[in-house]
Amino acid sequence: MTSDQELPVAVEQQDEMTVVTPDGEIDLSRAPSFRSVIAEVFNNKPSKVAIDLHNVPYMDSSGVATLVEGMQLANRSEATLVLVGLQERVKSIFEIARLDTVFKIVDELSEAKEL
Amino acid sequence: MTDLPPDLVMQLQSKPRLLSSVRSMILSLTQRIGFDETECGHIALAIDEALANIIRHGYEERDDEPIHIAVWMLKENPAGIRIMIEDEAEQIDPDSIQGRDLDDVRPGGLGVHIMREIMDFCTFERRKQEKGMRVIMEKHLGEKSLGDSERSRSPQTK
Repeated sequence: MTSDQELPVAVEQQDEMTVVTPDGEIDLSRAPSFRSVIAEVFNNKPSKVAIDLHNVPYMDSSGVATLVEGMQLANRSEATLVLVGLQERVKSIFEIARLDTVFKIVDELSEAKEL
Repeated sequence: MTDLPPDLVMQLQSKPRLLSSVRSMILSLTQRIGFDETECGHIALAIDEALANIIRHGYEERDDEPIHIAVWMLKENPAGIRIMIEDEAEQIDPDSIQGRDLDDVRPGGLGVHIMREIMDFCTFERRKQEKGMRVIMEKHLGEKSLGDSERSRSPQTK
C-alpha cells in the first residue's frame, strides 16, 4: 500500500473513551487502512469509542461502510460508538443513506463523553 | 444533445488513488457551470460512487483496466451537466443494478442509491461493444430537491 492510500489516524485514550481521529478524505483508496485501525481498536475491547471526524472533509460510501462495520463491532461487544464533528459534506452522505438516525452523532467530543 | 461531442473526455486506469483527482476536476467544473457548493459536492460524490462501483464490481479491484469519462456542459433545456462513464468489464443485466433497502443497515451497497438520489437522471446500459457497461447521469441547474427526480427521460446515446 503506498503512502497516499494510508489514512493518517490518531488513536488515544481519554479516560474511559477511546478517541479515533482520522485526518483527510476517506474514499475507496483509503477506506481499507481506516478499516484496519477500527478493527484494531475494537480488538482491545473498549467500552466507548468516539470517532472524531472534524478533520474529514469528504467521505464516500466506502468510508460509510467502514463506520457501519464499526457500529456492528460495537454492538457485538456491547460498546458505545459515537461519531463526532461531521462536516457538512460528510453529514450529507449520512442523510442520503438515511444513517443519520442510526448512529449516535454529536458535534463535540465533550458531548460524546456524556453519552 | 448527445450527438454533440462531449466538452471533456478523460480516460483513467481503475486505480482508487485517482478518484480524488476526478472529484477535484468535477468540483471545479460544476462550480463554473453554476451549481451551489452543496450540489457540487453531491455531483462529485455521485461520480465517485460510479467509479468505485466499476473498480469494485466491474473490474473486481484490478487496477489497470480502462475507465472512460465524458462530460457535457448542458446549456439549455435543461442547463446542467451530463456525465457518461463507461468500462470494459463483463456485461450484466442493467436491471440487476439496484440500490438496496436502506432499512437493512449493513456495510456496502449504498453507491447506486446515492447516485440515484443525488442525480436528476441516472441510467445503466450495456455498451454496444462486446464488453462493458455505461452509466449516464444528469444534474440540472435549479432542480435541487434530492429524491424528487425526473428519471424517466432517457437521452439517446450512440
